[in-house]
Amino acid sequence: MTCRDNKDLMMAYLDGELDDKQTKMLQEHLAQCTQCSKELEEFKSLKSMTDNIVLSEPEDQVWQRYWDNVYNRVERGIGWMLMSMAGVCLAVFGGFKMVECIVTDPSVSLFLKVALLVMILGLSILLISIMRERLYFWKHDRYRHVRR
Amino acid sequence: MNSILDNSIPVEWSLVDDTKEAFETFVKAHMKKAYFVALGLVGNHDDALELSQEAFSKAYQHRRSLNAQGKFYPWFYQILRNLCISHLRKRKHRRTLPMDMPDGQTLDVPSSPGFEPDAIAERNETKDLVWKAIGALEPKHREVIILRHFQNLSYEEMAQLLFCNKGTVTSRLYYARKRLKEVLEQEKGGQPV
Repeated sequence: MTCRDNKDLMMAYLDGELDDKQTKMLQEHLAQCTQCSKELEEFKSLKSMTDNIVLSEPEDQVWQRYWDNVYNRVERGIGWMLMSMAGVCLAVFGGFKMVECIVTDPSVSLFLKVALLVMILGLSILLISIMRERLYFWKHDRYRHVRR
Repeated sequence: MNSILDNSIPVEWSLVDDTKEAFETFVKAHMKKAYFVALGLVGNHDDALELSQEAFSKAYQHRRSLNAQGKFYPWFYQILRNLCISHLRKRKHRRTLPMDMPDGQTLDVPSSPGFEPDAIAERNETKDLVWKAIGALEPKHREVIILRHFQNLSYEEMAQLLFCNKGTVTSRLYYARKRLKEVLEQEKGGQPV
């Protein structure tokens, strides 16, 4: 076994994750390798320093209010979602009505009407193109089931 | 005490009992664990509270994406850690230096921004140094230190939470501790740990 193989054993040894056979293997290596032995002592000291740290507990009031805060977030999330959906519907409807008014208004010049319709056609093509591209990449993404 | 990976409560909540009361029971059962994981990752009380609450809210919104066979806590943990890591990334980008520093003067930028010493109990100089050094680690290294030292998880439990094998956990712990040792030595002006 090399020193590199023993690095992982060393961690497991420090954390009490080794079985008897692995412990014996590591101890045999440590008896021969002063460098690994020294490194283990340093890691022991580091572990003891880290184990001494205890995170401070918030006041009881924080835990009493915790659930209310989570519930408010969930409730507001639903509120925002409904408002956004309604906003999109209203914007689409309003846009449609506006275009309808302009197109059917005899006082608006034909040039402006044609320009508006061409712009809407262009926007629609762009939107469909982007959606088709997204859909294609999503279907062909080999890593889509991989947890990111 | 239930194991951190015990999924009996959450799966009931998520797929069978979808009521407000069941969700409340679930939040109350896991809030401390979620808060302390977030505190270890982001280093201060306010952000940890905010992010852990946000994680519960997101878990509720996406509860249908957990299937009956899925272990709940690793799924929830992924939501929480992704929120914390995303927050750390934003915090890193927000750090800006003033443009009008006089010549020759440097700003003492902390190596662990957002890591407040009052997040630890019974402070002393050594503990403050170690906490600061943990804050200076890369998130993936900090994460294994927190799970091992502050959450007291076994390698098996850590592997399940991190969706990797025990070998990867061991190796990541080695590099995390090695880096922690280097940072501490730098903070102590080159003295060994």
